[in-house]
Amino acid sequence: MLSKRIIPCLDVREGKTTKGIKFKNNVEIGDPVEMAKFYYEAGADELVFYDITASHEKRDIMIDVVRKVAQTIFIPFSVGGGIRTLEDMRAVLLAGAEKVSVNSAAVKNPDIISQGARAFGNQCVVLGMDVKHVGQKTGIPSGYEIVINGGRTFMGMDALEWAQKGQALGAGEICLNSIDADGTKDGYEMALTRMISENVNIPVIASGGAGTPEHLADVLTRGRADAALIASMVHFGTYTIEEIKAFLSGKDIKVRKS
Amino acid sequence: MIAIVDYGAGNLTSVARAVSFLSYDCVITDDPAQITGAERVIFPGVGAAGSAMETMRERGLDDALKQVFKAGIPMLGICVGCQIIMDSSQENDAACLGMIPGSAKAFSDTMPSEHGDGFLKVPHMGWNGLDVVRSHPLFEGVKKTDEFYFVHSYYPVPRSGDDVFGTTDYGIKFASAVGKHNLFATQFHLEKSGKPGLLILENFCRWAPC
Repeated sequence: MLSKRIIPCLDVREGKTTKGIKFKNNVEIGDPVEMAKFYYEAGADELVFYDITASHEKRDIMIDVVRKVAQTIFIPFSVGGGIRTLEDMRAVLLAGAEKVSVNSAAVKNPDIISQGARAFGNQCVVLGMDVKHVGQKTGIPSGYEIVINGGRTFMGMDALEWAQKGQALGAGEICLNSIDADGTKDGYEMALTRMISENVNIPVIASGGAGTPEHLADVLTRGRADAALIASMVHFGTYTIEEIKAFLSGKDIKVRKS
Repeated sequence: MIAIVDYGAGNLTSVARAVSFLSYDCVITDDPAQITGAERVIFPGVGAAGSAMETMRERGLDDALKQVFKAGIPMLGICVGCQIIMDSSQENDAACLGMIPGSAKAFSDTMPSEHGDGFLKVPHMGWNGLDVVRSHPLFEGVKKTDEFYFVHSYYPVPRSGDDVFGTTDYGIKFASAVGKHNLFATQFHLEKSGKPGLLILENFCRWAPC
């Protein structure tokens, strides 16, 4: 039986993780390669790197990070943030990432999904979606709208319709981020995650709101997510991946033990 | 030197990185002479069996691999490499290398999901277990609880159970590790399966088939 995946997410700016992480022994590390190694050893099933480098010129720094990570860890990892063209995708995949995630670029130009899927295979293309609850209205039948620019720009697109369109265009997976839940540590957006998971046939990674292992258990069962993204709850040493997995195991949720 | 066969099926560099990490020399090549002259041969791959076989034939790699098989040189197939060693694949009805009798078949997305909520998601993507059904030198040190990383829509169906070494459950029970003589192949990605994956890869790098 397939295991549910636990995926730490690392934000990288100009080659450094933005906040660094504080492990239980209070050592701070801001080097993404060291952090990748730490989570690999700790039993992460996959990693997500989000490049928040502002300028296009500094993208090469990220490619260098990807290359070093690929020489260090032997589990899948994806890279997102600032991927605009097929060439951006190719550079990241050639450097050793397993998958590449497109978000706002796909909203503006959906063809990037089909182009990427054709060139590299569906399994390489993750559709990242930032979503806000706006209530049902004309054009937004699901009540959830696609946003970009960290939630500041509303795109007038229905989240469910966009997820299904992304699948039809060839996305191999959806990383579903709730802007409302993001950073709250109050739990994932359950209704949203369940609605999308039940209506697409590709894996859905739930993102935004994780604060306790209970939140993960919830979204992986009631929310029907295939994987759960986590950040601060492990970055600051509140929980270890081992502790989270032990908790999920205790709830009869199948996870990989390492 | 270990030859990693380049037949246009992607992701060869990640296999090369894993082999280098284990301190073995390897070269990515599509030169038939370099492949038949190698100490060991790995043929990884993602994508479709049909187009993989087409590229193989164009580059004369199908004959090279058949020669390697006959010569008793240790060879390892990964993912699509585990499908093209069969007689044929359902994917575009492709004729394959015919080293293991049988064919590659597709998962059906009309099968019920493992959790009883909706249908089976295809491709089968993520970490799953391995039930060793027949011992093999490449499995030395592998634990019952070890899991491996899969990304595939097709799986091998050997005609004889003698060629099956490991199985995995995803909607159905399928052969996830197959082999014959000097040939071994895994449907899962050894280069993306953490330490248990590297262990099998290292076992292959030292394997002396009799």
